[in-house]
Amino acid sequence: MSNKVVHAIYNDDDILLAAVHKTKAAHYHIEEVYTPFPVHGLDKAMGLPATRLAICAFLYGITGLFIYFNLLRYIMIQDWPQDIGGKPSFEFIQNMPAFVPVLFEGTVFFAAHLMVITFYMRSKLWPFKKAENPDVRTTDDHFLMEVGIHGNEEELVSFFKNTGAVEVKVIDKH
Amino acid sequence: MYQFSSRLKSFSFALMVLGILGIGYGFWSAPKTDEDVEAILKEQEAHHGGAHHDSHATASHSEASHDSHANNEAHGKEDAHASHEATADNVKSVKYEDVIKLHDSIKNDTTHSSTVHASHIVADSAVVAEEKVSEVKSEVYVSKFHKEKVDHAAEHKEHIEHVKHQLQNKPWSALYVACIFFMLIAVGALAFYAIQWVAQSGWSPILFRVMEGVTAYVLPGSIIFFILLVLSGFHFNHLFTWMADGIADPKSENYDHIIAGKTGFLNVPFFLFRAAIFLFGWNLYRYVSRKNSIKLDQTKDLSFFKKNYNAAAMFLVFFIVSESVMSWDWIMSVDPHWYSTLFGWYVFASFFVSGITLITLTTIYLKNKGLLPEVNKSHLHDLAKFMFGISVFWTYLWFSQFMLMWYSNIPEEVTYFVTRIENYNLPFFGMVVMNFVFPLLILMNADFKRLQWVIVMAGIVILAGHYVDFFNMIMPATVGDQWFIGVSEISSVLFFAGLFIFVVFTALTKAPLSSDGNPYIEESKHFHY
Repeated sequence: MSNKVVHAIYNDDDILLAAVHKTKAAHYHIEEVYTPFPVHGLDKAMGLPATRLAICAFLYGITGLFIYFNLLRYIMIQDWPQDIGGKPSFEFIQNMPAFVPVLFEGTVFFAAHLMVITFYMRSKLWPFKKAENPDVRTTDDHFLMEVGIHGNEEELVSFFKNTGAVEVKVIDKH
Repeated sequence: MYQFSSRLKSFSFALMVLGILGIGYGFWSAPKTDEDVEAILKEQEAHHGGAHHDSHATASHSEASHDSHANNEAHGKEDAHASHEATADNVKSVKYEDVIKLHDSIKNDTTHSSTVHASHIVADSAVVAEEKVSEVKSEVYVSKFHKEKVDHAAEHKEHIEHVKHQLQNKPWSALYVACIFFMLIAVGALAFYAIQWVAQSGWSPILFRVMEGVTAYVLPGSIIFFILLVLSGFHFNHLFTWMADGIADPKSENYDHIIAGKTGFLNVPFFLFRAAIFLFGWNLYRYVSRKNSIKLDQTKDLSFFKKNYNAAAMFLVFFIVSESVMSWDWIMSVDPHWYSTLFGWYVFASFFVSGITLITLTTIYLKNKGLLPEVNKSHLHDLAKFMFGISVFWTYLWFSQFMLMWYSNIPEEVTYFVTRIENYNLPFFGMVVMNFVFPLLILMNADFKRLQWVIVMAGIVILAGHYVDFFNMIMPATVGDQWFIGVSEISSVLFFAGLFIFVVFTALTKAPLSSDGNPYIEESKHFHY
């Protein structure tokens, strides 16, 4: 079976968004959209499920909080309690206000870094990775929608010509 | 065009009438003589002894006042003791500071000649001093105001006098807190509005009329507030202790060394002058911007858009300076010995989030009346994001201020928090729950930020929480441990809430609710997230 796709190329994000809505309404299957920058509302228009990255962020944050809690408790209370400004240093809770900034930073540090790493892994991005976008112009000022062809090539080409695309190509994907 | 519904109008009038009656009652029932105060204190003590099944707030309140009373009595007795010893050594009176100094010098240098002849007596009073050092350290305030106490009776009389002043301050403070709170809400909304113009934001022009409605309260609010400041300046009340006569005169019994060093800035004429300049500047911007905004609609002439952009940019520069000085003047100076360098930001965060919350609540009210059909869930989502974000920002500042002072533990700084944690425990920590924990938990979820009832609930809690915040900023200095949320406080809030509703919704009727001349209005109507 041939794996043919239509590449419809747009030069404006609003036109692209309108085209995505029309394509969805006509029940064609959008395989992927390539854009030079994030387009607001595109994920909803394409009907993509909501990201689960937020859940990861929460879990990573909790991890960071827990690690830093133990780190602080060990360093500041258990191993080497110090007299800082006469503050009681034998109990975690009594020193708590002084630890809040550290706990906060630890939480943010873990959440942020692990989230970025997760995102790269999930998007299959790593160093020296070859670019996946089919047309180099999508890194500059063009938007590309890829739609699978299931024996309706003529119909699709004429459909996309009417959605404001500046270019419609049929590509044989391998 | 919006029409002020008669039900809302009569509701606002009812609030105002109730408020005025309550405020009047508050002033009328404030104690006028020492005897009244004695009776009140007796009742509080009896209350404390008998009723433990009382509500938490009253119980903790009477406990606090009782404790401080008992504390003062103890001081008096010890003092009498110390002064007795001292008289034997031909010293007229002993100050706490002297006893401590003496004690310290013995510790440091036992062979010091001046202490040797007094060593017997000092050894005795040193024990007293020892006990007192800890107390005095945590309550510099007390030692400052009880300089030369001779005997128990005088001490008691002074205490009664002090409590009388606090109780007489109470209705004034309640009025002051509510007045400045509602005025600053409108100012916060004005700052938000100006930011929208400067940022040329695309999502918000559809809400400009609502924002202009809320900021309409800046004018009446600031007039009433300025009158209150003038009354303080002319000694109708004693909210600002630095305004007392002879505060900078070394011969006067009111002399305060620290405040004397600040009189170049903290003096009544300059204070009122600053207030007039700030309030005038804010009102001027409100007036100019509103006028240009209406003209922009009527003429579709984009030069008005540019004018408003420039006006907003200039206002924001003026505002960020005046707001900071304003917070020192009107709020921080009730504790004239204390200072915090981030106080301006802290106050700003508090009324900024309140202003945004009020814009949101007004928007929801109007939308539910079908008057803002173009406002969609994305607009609400954005407003709720601001409510959430600025609430966290407020907490950041609150904690920064608290943590540094708690950690350094310098008496002149930490006394601010000692007073609040000891005497205002419930409101002090309660407001952190209302202003931080609750909004954080409930507005964290993206879907919740799009639900009207969640936003309304969070908004009401945020507004109440920031009222308590202002309460905590003013009351401990003016009313001390004699605070409670009583008739004065509630009716002051009712009055200004009624006035606020009346002014805001009257202003909303003056122009169409959609600012169609704004070049970004189409983007705003189609805003989706």
